[in-house]
Amino acid sequence: MALSGLQIYKLLPQTNCKECGFPTCLAFAMKLAQKGTELAKCPYVTEETRTQLDAASAPPIRLVTVGTGDRAFAVGNETVLFRHEKTFVHETALLVRVRDDATDLAERAKAASEYAVERVGMTLALNGLLIEAHAGDAATFVKAVETVHAACPGTPLVLSSGDPAAIEGALAIVGAEKPLIHAATADNWQAMADLAKKAECPLAIRADSLDGLAELSAQVSGAGVLDIVVDPATHNLRDGLAMATLLRRLALKKNMRALGFPIMAYVGRDDLYDEAAQASSAICKYAGLVVLDHVDPALFYPLITLRQNIYTDPQKPIQVEPKLYQVGTPGPDSPLLMTTNFSLTYFSVSGEVEGSGKPCWLLVADADGQSVLTAWAAGKFDALKIAKTVKDSGIEAKLSHKKLVIPGHVASLSGECEEELPGWQIMVGPREAADIPSYLKTAWAAS
Amino acid sequence: MATVEIPREKWSGTVREVTLGATSDGGTRTSTVTVGGEATLPFLQFEGAMPNKPAVAVEIHDCYPEDWSPALLAAWGDEARDPASWAVKAVAAGAELLALQLRACHPDRGDRTAADAVATVKAVLGAVGVPLIVYGPGVADKDNEVLVAVADATKGERIALANCVDKNYRTIVAGALGNGHVVIGQSPIDVNMAKQLNILINDMGLDLERVLVDPTTGALGYGLEYTYSVMERLRLAALTGDSMTQQPMICTVGEESWRQKESRSPDGVPAEWGDFETRAVIWEISTAITLLQSGADIVTLRHPAAIDRVKQAIDELMSAGIPDALAAAPAI
Repeated sequence: MALSGLQIYKLLPQTNCKECGFPTCLAFAMKLAQKGTELAKCPYVTEETRTQLDAASAPPIRLVTVGTGDRAFAVGNETVLFRHEKTFVHETALLVRVRDDATDLAERAKAASEYAVERVGMTLALNGLLIEAHAGDAATFVKAVETVHAACPGTPLVLSSGDPAAIEGALAIVGAEKPLIHAATADNWQAMADLAKKAECPLAIRADSLDGLAELSAQVSGAGVLDIVVDPATHNLRDGLAMATLLRRLALKKNMRALGFPIMAYVGRDDLYDEAAQASSAICKYAGLVVLDHVDPALFYPLITLRQNIYTDPQKPIQVEPKLYQVGTPGPDSPLLMTTNFSLTYFSVSGEVEGSGKPCWLLVADADGQSVLTAWAAGKFDALKIAKTVKDSGIEAKLSHKKLVIPGHVASLSGECEEELPGWQIMVGPREAADIPSYLKTAWAAS
Repeated sequence: MATVEIPREKWSGTVREVTLGATSDGGTRTSTVTVGGEATLPFLQFEGAMPNKPAVAVEIHDCYPEDWSPALLAAWGDEARDPASWAVKAVAAGAELLALQLRACHPDRGDRTAADAVATVKAVLGAVGVPLIVYGPGVADKDNEVLVAVADATKGERIALANCVDKNYRTIVAGALGNGHVVIGQSPIDVNMAKQLNILINDMGLDLERVLVDPTTGALGYGLEYTYSVMERLRLAALTGDSMTQQPMICTVGEESWRQKESRSPDGVPAEWGDFETRAVIWEISTAITLLQSGADIVTLRHPAAIDRVKQAIDELMSAGIPDALAAAPAI
């Protein structure tokens, strides 16, 4: 169990030396209890205390890094069961499985590794490849690892084989790049743990029960492997959800160190839509690594989008870029609407405009990511800001009219806006986005 | 071997059960749909009951939806030109209930009368045996006019009348009250507003066994995470005993997901988005699965392939028994 701040305080030197950066040992202890700092910051703890406190000060779900260099990814370190409680922190890693005996091995690996897509101003990609021993002999596996490594340099890898000899051969090629070794089982754990420890690589443990996983975890950590990934070997949506939920609960609520590791989920299915459903479920419910089978952008793009949605910090809602947006293909006589750059506000407004079928210019003001009313109340969306946004956007040159529709919630600003924007006609739009289509058909059409 | 104790949650609250459709006392349905009743978070049947599986509704319209994505128009074909034929095709595609939108009653889209609306609803009821949700055109006065006429003309059918919103619910609730129907209360992605609307509806004397909540759906990439978290919060509140959050939830997945540019048109989008129809169907499936994981009791869908896949996923999540891995384990 985690120790309370006071319990930790009793184990500290209690000298208030301040070398940890905190004013008192008590303050340091309190922060440790909240997992907000590290014990290593105190230079005076005894070895005995360190052992006792290490368990308490480590995060409940260990952060595990796979790969090296720019494309290395880290999963784990999650602290909540529900994203609204705080946030999910380390995005699910999306991997594609390639088999060592596939004739198109290099092409598949390359296509998955190089896939990237632009979304809300960011370039998003998959995280790595899982090379699976399918042929059954170590030589084919090692050869495949060599092929993939040559075709996709720098891509984080998972080496998947139950045969320690195959893993050993593969590690001789890519061991320095910290691949995840998959997997230690009841039968081979000693050899796998030895390989992982020697190469300093993370190791996945695979068993189909919580008991089996806990036992394996104890065994491989006893052998010196600390970076562990848990593969609960489930085969359907129901069991995958149940096991992932229990693993997360045990780690967070029962502080069960033996199971406090990122979870890996195989979601590959023959049917692409089935795979999409499995992967969506795993991304929502606690998978740290998701292993796909299909190499298809029509699958990758929705899943990358879902991962971004679920891992968005609910306390820092995503902002959209403040700029001039086109909904449909607006022309010089199309309406010009203004709103703020809170993402939900933007999506509501652009969705309704899109649904109206009428192409529009949508000018989004920088209101620090706040909604119209909040931004107005905070003084971040006033007549000056509106006027500046219009002038800076260059929209005037694109229009044959000078009519600006402002949100109904800031109707009171229309007079000031007309003063700040000489020659412009300020029109007051609806308060709610849902009323935009009828507004465009009536008030705008009549203007 | 070490024995891990299973951390089962014990909840004090239960979601209400709501039944749509009736087979007697004025009801002419051949099947009904009951949703809700959960005593656990979605699909965690190893620790609590989930007596009813989430239902898949299919959206149909009273006029040809010419603004729909070409992928949808191709899938429904000429049947989409006639609501009764469309209804039959939707049921054949797996609809457990239908969500009929009376769009042509909108003043800007034909302004059809209440009598027209009643005729359409009766035609659909005559063509299929599944329960019905009926959506007004979304304009307060017209909603009241057509939904009340529909409610009166279908007494006893236990139709879900939609949408009740905070500024316009009284007339629709009254229509449901007198005729044995159900209502859907829609609130804008907010826990407290959802609760408040339930209180207002309940204050008019409508049993909460006849109220569904629509928390407002954001599609994948377009606010999905807000809906997801509001629904998780509503469901957690329901399970911890907050009475006014214990309504089954309905999500308009098809409508929202097919409105986005990822699903609307094959043209002018990046190659990295992949094949148009495949991506658009996955957009709908992924939105549906995500909201089912946060507590949706009804998902309303549009594409036949999504209907098929989401129903299979629900069956897989609901499959009998408990995971093998937990069978012999003791509870904490």
